[in-house]
This record gives sequence, structure tokens and C-alpha cells, in this order.
Amino acid sequence: MLEIGLFYVAATISLISTVLAVTRYNAAHALIYLIISLLASAIIFYVVGAPFAAVLEVLIYAGAIMVLFVFVIMMLNLGSAGDDLEHHWLQPSMWIVPSLFCFVLLIEIIIVLSTGDNMLAGTVVTPKQVGIKLFGPYVIAVEIASMLLLAGLIGAYHLGRRYLSDVREPSAENETND
Amino acid sequence: MIESIVIPMEHGLLLAAVLFSIGLLGVLVRRNIILILMSLEIMLNACGLAFVVVGAHWGQADGQIMFMLILSIAAAEVAVGLGLLLQAYRRFSSLDIDLANRMRG
Repeated sequence: MLEIGLFYVAATISLISTVLAVTRYNAAHALIYLIISLLASAIIFYVVGAPFAAVLEVLIYAGAIMVLFVFVIMMLNLGSAGDDLEHHWLQPSMWIVPSLFCFVLLIEIIIVLSTGDNMLAGTVVTPKQVGIKLFGPYVIAVEIASMLLLAGLIGAYHLGRRYLSDVREPSAENETND
Repeated sequence: MIESIVIPMEHGLLLAAVLFSIGLLGVLVRRNIILILMSLEIMLNACGLAFVVVGAHWGQADGQIMFMLILSIAAAEVAVGLGLLLQAYRRFSSLDIDLANRMRG
């Protein structure tokens, strides 16, 4: 019965933090709530019996993709940075709710790890099964995904490179034309 | 391994649908490009959640494989989207997406 509670607590945290992420004014605050939502989704994946998807959710979604957002927010340097602004950011109202959600998720992880594998509801799909099926019947999908990632890599490189080259030589006639 | 599913699949699908709706609402309502990209991530994650929940319900690995494909789509989408965001910010000096509503602007 405990895994049902884990599922609904994680689902509640996911819903609340997603709503908060969409309604924030500051992009960095929205990013924090979005990461919490993704971590809650990872716990849901683990509880319903997909541990490999849970690991991928934490590593790639909450790790790699969110780091891209952090880099872009840092690169744009939104807002006027200052000591008073930093002091304003560190008010307890800014971090108490994300910390509370993270604490609840941590308690759930501790409960899961302390009780062993009995917490998984339903049938567990192991990473071995996923791997066998991924490189068996779904191997063409893996090839398509690799081509998609290559296209994304080339597109991101192209857009980012033109951004750098235009900074080096500012074009004044383009501004006047507009 | 054959035991009754204690978490009903409908609740997982309902959660995925509500998360997808929140993400769609964010795409429609917000005007900040960063927030729009985040809302797209919420929508993709909701789709992945639906796949994983259904795959776990039937005890098959197909749901997780679809989740991995959605993950790669999200990675490619966010890389290109953030590149476009940098271009838009360089051109308009703002993250307001309504400034880009004219072609050849």
C-alpha cells in the first residue's frame, strides 16, 4: 500500500511544481520548479516499474537538457545583476517551496531504498529487456534517433556559430534598413 | 511477476493529460521564449509519462523505448530552440515572442 502513497505524493508534487513553473515571472525560478517536476516524474517512473526510464529522466532530462536552459539564462544575463538583487534572490520565500518539495522527494527515495525492491508496483521492466528490444525490433528507430540528434547538433552549431560571427563584425546597415 | 497492478493506469494517464494541458496552456499564454520552450518540455515529458505508464501496465518494454525516443526528440528540439532563442535575443534585444510576428522584420 505504501507505493500507492508514493505515487500520489509524487504526482501531487509534479502537478503543483509544473503549475508554479508555468506561472513564474523569473525564468530561473521557473527552471527550478521544472526540475522538481521532472524529478517527481522520475519517482513515478520508478514506482510504476520502469527503473531505466527513471534513471534516464534524471540523467538526461533533469541533468543535460536543463543545463542547456541554465547556460542560456546565464548567457542572456537577464535583469540587472547586483548585490541587492542577489540579496533579494536569497529571500526564504524564493527557496523554501522548492526545498520543501525536494525534501519530500528525498524522503520518498529513502523509503524506496530502505525497503528494497518490494516498492515496485506491478511488473518490473528491467533495463535488460529494454536493451534487447531496443537493439532488436527497434533498431531502425535507434538509427532514426541518431540522425535526428545529428540534425539537431548541426542546427545548433549553425545557429550558435552565426551568433558569434555577427558579434565580431557588427552590421550597421542592417539596423538602418530596418 | 504476475501480480495485480496496484496503481491504476487511468490515474497515470490522467496525470499525463493534466501535465500536457498545463504545458499547452503555458505555450499559449506565456510570451517569454524561454518559458515557451520550458512548456514544450513539459508537454514532451507528459507524453513520455503516458508511454511509460501504459508500457508498465502491460509489462512491456515498448513504453520505455518510446520514452527514450521522445527524450532524443526533446534534446534535439531544445538545442535548436535555444539556438533560435539566442538569435532572436540578438536581433530584438528582448525575449518577447510577439516582436517576431512579422516576416522579413
